[in-house]
Amino acid sequence: MAGPLIKIEGLRVAFDGAPAVRGVDFAIHRGEALGIVGESGSGKSVTWLAALRLLPEKAVVEGRVSLDDENLLEVPVERMEHLRGGRVAMIFQDPASALNPVLTIRRQLGEALALHRGLSGRSIDAEAKRLLDLVGIPDAAGRLKSYPHEMSGGQNQRVMIAMALAGNPDLLIADEPTTALDVTIQAQILDLLQLVRRETNMALVLISHDLGVVAENCDRVAVMYAGRVIEEAPARDLFDAPRHPYACGLIDALPTLDAPRRLVAIPGVVPDPRRMPQGCAFSPRCAHAAPACLGGVPELRRLEPGRRIACARAGELDLQPAAVVPPVEIARPEVTA
Amino acid sequence: MIRYLATRLLRAALTIALVVTFAFIVLRLSGDPATIILGPEAPPEAIEAFRHNWGLDRPVLVQYFDYFRAILRGDLGISMRDGRSAIELVGERIPATLALTIPALLLQLAIGIPAGVYAALHQGKGFDRAVMVTAVFGFAIPSFVLALALVLVFSVNLGWLPSGGRDSWMHAILPIITLGLGGAAALARFTRSAMLEVLGRPFIRTASAKGLPWAAVVRGHALPNAAIPTVTLVGFLVGSLIAGAVVVESVFSWPGVGRLLVVAVSNRDLAVVQCLLLLVAASMVTSNLIVDFLYGVLDPRLRHGARAGA
Amino acid sequence: MTAPLLSLDNVTRTYMSRKGLFGTPVGVQAVAGVSLEVRAGETLGIVGESGSGKSTMGRMALGLEAPDTGRVALGGALMPALGTADWRALRKRAQMVFQDPLGALDRRVPVARQIAEPLEIHGIGSPTEREDRVRQALELTGLSEDHGRRFPHELSGGQRQRVVIARALITDPELLVCDEPVSALDVSIQAQVVNLLIDLQAERGLGMIFISHDLRVVRQISQRVAVMYLGHIVEEGTAEEVLRDPQHPYTQALVSAAPTPGAQRRQRVILTGEPPNPAARPTGCAFHPRCPVAQDRCRWETPALSQIGPGRSAACHLITDTPSAGMAAE
Repeated sequence: MAGPLIKIEGLRVAFDGAPAVRGVDFAIHRGEALGIVGESGSGKSVTWLAALRLLPEKAVVEGRVSLDDENLLEVPVERMEHLRGGRVAMIFQDPASALNPVLTIRRQLGEALALHRGLSGRSIDAEAKRLLDLVGIPDAAGRLKSYPHEMSGGQNQRVMIAMALAGNPDLLIADEPTTALDVTIQAQILDLLQLVRRETNMALVLISHDLGVVAENCDRVAVMYAGRVIEEAPARDLFDAPRHPYACGLIDALPTLDAPRRLVAIPGVVPDPRRMPQGCAFSPRCAHAAPACLGGVPELRRLEPGRRIACARAGELDLQPAAVVPPVEIARPEVTA
Repeated sequence: MIRYLATRLLRAALTIALVVTFAFIVLRLSGDPATIILGPEAPPEAIEAFRHNWGLDRPVLVQYFDYFRAILRGDLGISMRDGRSAIELVGERIPATLALTIPALLLQLAIGIPAGVYAALHQGKGFDRAVMVTAVFGFAIPSFVLALALVLVFSVNLGWLPSGGRDSWMHAILPIITLGLGGAAALARFTRSAMLEVLGRPFIRTASAKGLPWAAVVRGHALPNAAIPTVTLVGFLVGSLIAGAVVVESVFSWPGVGRLLVVAVSNRDLAVVQCLLLLVAASMVTSNLIVDFLYGVLDPRLRHGARAGA
Repeated sequence: MTAPLLSLDNVTRTYMSRKGLFGTPVGVQAVAGVSLEVRAGETLGIVGESGSGKSTMGRMALGLEAPDTGRVALGGALMPALGTADWRALRKRAQMVFQDPLGALDRRVPVARQIAEPLEIHGIGSPTEREDRVRQALELTGLSEDHGRRFPHELSGGQRQRVVIARALITDPELLVCDEPVSALDVSIQAQVVNLLIDLQAERGLGMIFISHDLRVVRQISQRVAVMYLGHIVEEGTAEEVLRDPQHPYTQALVSAAPTPGAQRRQRVILTGEPPNPAARPTGCAFHPRCPVAQDRCRWETPALSQIGPGRSAACHLITDTPSAGMAAE
């Protein structure tokens, strides 16, 4: 198994002319867990919704998403429907609203089983019950008759996971799967995802705004900012020694359970997609910005094996996490994208 | 579910009782029927006899309870004008009105719902805009204006359809269109916005992510949810059809209950007016009951009592 | 020992809820006999999951809700009855910051006027003095006068939360209750607001209650921590001690569930079972159905919150009986 399972190349997404994703590349291998972190507006969710063609029609998507040798962005709609939920499944943030309130769990789970496994009647019930058992829902047979509002948020997310597993997918994309849940329930769901992955050798993309969640559950982590990947590295390396000033800033801004220290806030706000700054999108908030940073959007370059950084000064910076450095003022012409 | 329905039934009965009381009070307040029916120059003895005959000389509370008891027995009094039973008078007009309102309701459902769903699925496209513009006009034009315009075009200019009366099914066409069009427009607009709201909800994306074809997502996931608010509007439309019948029947000289109401009011025929009011209230309450029942069927959250009464 | 700024003495709060129109009303106890103190210049963190009663505690501390039993006192004086003139006067001494700043602001009014609102309500200062104070409040929270002229939707999430904080501070309150004030914000913005709250609190000697489900933020901002579960405090102490060396099995689970970068795949306590439901409170220790070390008596006997060290208490049979049991559960 040499080639990656899924490969995204040069993905761009724009809504009404405003770029949301500005050239993203990812490769995920079988059984691998890739974490994607970023703040709101970073394009972390949009990238994967675009890859599965789940965005509304007004979204303009360019690039290539290869699953084995098929380009998902070009296959016929029927083929795409077969692959969605079949080979690539996706679960979402708020399980209570991600399930249909007027349909039973049996109906919603059965739909996926009928579509991807060709089951019907009794065999749907049996398999649905097996899946609910697998995801740890007590009284699985009884729960089939329930509606989402009769179950807790954690249980609904388990149902979502069961639904995603119905088609035996090779890849599960989990978009903020625990954000809406309580801390102890969040731990249960993350644990369940790990268990499922061990048992099925399924690859996982875990999208989260929480660096802690991603660090503990993924092999590799990509950090996104303003529609681009700015750093990608093995999880341990990224948190021990971030190379991109934004990645470093995120870690510095995160409070820990250890002794409190002065948090280093990243000044300013995420840029407006319609008015992207010249050069590196992070430069207006960056403590290390230099004139070189205005000379074009920095490429995501491989600096060492398994590690990619998109920073014009990647080679020369020696970042010290938790360093307090004010942003540098540099002459900046106003640019409107 | 049973408790939910029992609650609604109790409320319906209460509503009817309130309407009956209201009708009693308003009709007593609107002047002495004796002087209106017999005229201001009638001799006092005649008026006294009339009042005694109709029980109008007894204490108001006694009258009220008698009236209430009579209604419970199914006795709605007799017409002060021609002495026939009010129920009989109203009853013989009901088929004519049903012959307009039922086809009008079907017309509203058959046009409004598909047009609204289709417009929502093709939001911003030509058809959607056409539906929206038509709907605004259809909703804004008063029914008597629409009726006159239709008569002018199809009866006077083209001579295709009769302009009034109830001699053949041809006579029903223009009244039905007049009666149904406004509601169809309202229903189209409402269905469209209900669909758009549902299509934006996260579970639609979940259904697509499962690999369901779009048509199945719309049919299996969007429509059942959009039906919940739409049912409310249909209930409201039934009520407005009854009100619309008064105008339409007058314009097209259609011998239904609507026209009877106009005549009875101008004649101060109390028993008939009361009977008609009761009929209107009962049909509105019934349509609301049906709506509530459909709610329970469509929305499991109500069925389990989690939000009942809220 | 100075008198506490705020004290809640054995307060309870029960909500009535019923299922359906004819359902029998059921009392749902949100807070079941809690005592707390907050001193001037001190931040008390209240942590807990949904249904723990932490937000109800916050509202009672502010006097927005009256406890069914027990006493709430601010600055040594009993909280006046809801809606009275005394109560309204007290509103300026205790203010609140909510989770959702957009929901807490009126979208049709420029934010500077909303910041001035508490001054108008309490009739404080002349119009020019009010303008001055609004300007100071904007500056204090890192906003410009230009921000003040904008409408809420023209500001970012972090800026909106600053507006809410500016409005809360304009009456110079002694007590600030923050209910999940940074939960809706991105990490980089969250740090800005957390730092702001820490600075303001230190500068003005505020007493602060910081309610959150996020232990990491609570650790950052609080001197003391109270952990709540189903309307009870299960553990209380300095933030340092409680979060470094949690004693109650629930606190231990919470601490181990807090995701931390750098500590990959720690051995963690994963609680089984559902989040607690206040409408179906278990007998005995409310935590026993999910507790990994529960014993027989936990099912029947409710443990009392008792002192287990200087300034430190916990409500668990295993800790209070044999002081080493809590450690052994780790």
